Amino acid sequence: MTYLADVGTLARKDLLLELRARDTLPAMLLFVLSTLVIFHFVLPGDSSELAAAGLLWVAIVFTSLLGLSRAFAAEREQGVIDGLVLAPIDRSAIWLGKAISILVFLGLAEIVAVPAFAIFFRPVSGAMIAGIVLADLGIAAVGTLLAAMAAASRARELLLPLLFLPLAIPIVVGGVGASVTGDPARYVGFLGLYDALFAIICWASFEYVVTE
Amino acid sequence: MSTWLRNNRLAALAALAFALISTAIGLVFFYAPVDEDGLNQKIFYFHVGIALTAYACFAWGGWKALRVLWKRDENADLESYVAIHQGVIFGALTLVTGSIWARYRWGHWWEWHEDQLVLFFVLFLFYAAYFMLRFSVPPGPRRVNLSAVYALFGVALVPVSILAIRLSQRFIHPVAFDRGGPNMAGSQFFAFCVSWAAMLVLAATLYHVELAGKRIDVRLRELREALR
Repeated sequence: MTYLADVGTLARKDLLLELRARDTLPAMLLFVLSTLVIFHFVLPGDSSELAAAGLLWVAIVFTSLLGLSRAFAAEREQGVIDGLVLAPIDRSAIWLGKAISILVFLGLAEIVAVPAFAIFFRPVSGAMIAGIVLADLGIAAVGTLLAAMAAASRARELLLPLLFLPLAIPIVVGGVGASVTGDPARYVGFLGLYDALFAIICWASFEYVVTE
Repeated sequence: MSTWLRNNRLAALAALAFALISTAIGLVFFYAPVDEDGLNQKIFYFHVGIALTAYACFAWGGWKALRVLWKRDENADLESYVAIHQGVIFGALTLVTGSIWARYRWGHWWEWHEDQLVLFFVLFLFYAAYFMLRFSVPPGPRRVNLSAVYALFGVALVPVSILAIRLSQRFIHPVAFDRGGPNMAGSQFFAFCVSWAAMLVLAATLYHVELAGKRIDVRLRELREALR
């Protein structure tokens, strides 16, 4: 039970910081809305509505990248990460707490972005919502670990998209499949499989990312 | 004989690679029959062999990465890096040979419907990022750990990407192996196996050459540190 309490404390710390400083979430919201406006001008008038559904996934991936690049900024600038590693907690709790806070940011950004998409472009199906929720889980799990890696490197924010995008390709495949095909169940199932597999790997390997 | 082999493993491997590649070229061009696709299918013998060798290199790199994290094996970091480096080289060759094949088969240099090409492009991007990560972390235990964790991600990414690309595309890539076993004539299969073995031995030779060079580098750096 202490494990879950540790995770809860760490996630609450991140959310409280965000509530006080408000530097990540407003940026994500503005970013995702401006991308939707850009998509309106990117799509030629006679392009299909399916193309818009695909572009929503571009917006989701890049918005999450924006949030992830800031994920460990506070820890790095204030040297908190060393303190967290030295604290008497399981190291994977640091990953889980951070992943939960990223998930909340991403969810809040999408609560605005998805209805906006539905108004601007085309109605959103239930399978699409399921796809988005499962994709968020995968993005938060993998992205948090990669953000911790990027924070440990010299290149920092520059490196994160390079590490993250190849791993996000299966998420995009599953998400777009769930949004545009007539048989979304297998794509939703695929996203669930991806989440489970990578969550286990991230959970098991996070310790090696923050320790030496 | 056995001590000679042990002392000259690199030379023996190189000689074996040379012999196998010569045999494979001979078999592919003079022994295996030309089927209805014409001469252009000859590249297939090398293309598939190279692709499977790239997988083998990535798998070996992943295995060594696991050894790094699990057994704290200090040599395994360099071995994992060199194996992935060889994998990227063979992966790039897969992209080139696959492109040439696609050009003659379908008339385009790039074919999004060909699963293997797309998969290798994704893997190429992924492992190129591995080098970016590795060289933007200062040498030391942190670099060893991060490289190993990222290499392990690659092992999980390969099957997931295969599944993703299969799901995303209709399937027009000709199937060389299906559930009924190899889908080609016996002589063709024999030529293919020799050419695959040639590529594997070539990769092993290059792996040992690069590893020897990298080890000398490390040793030299240690000596320089000790003298300072």
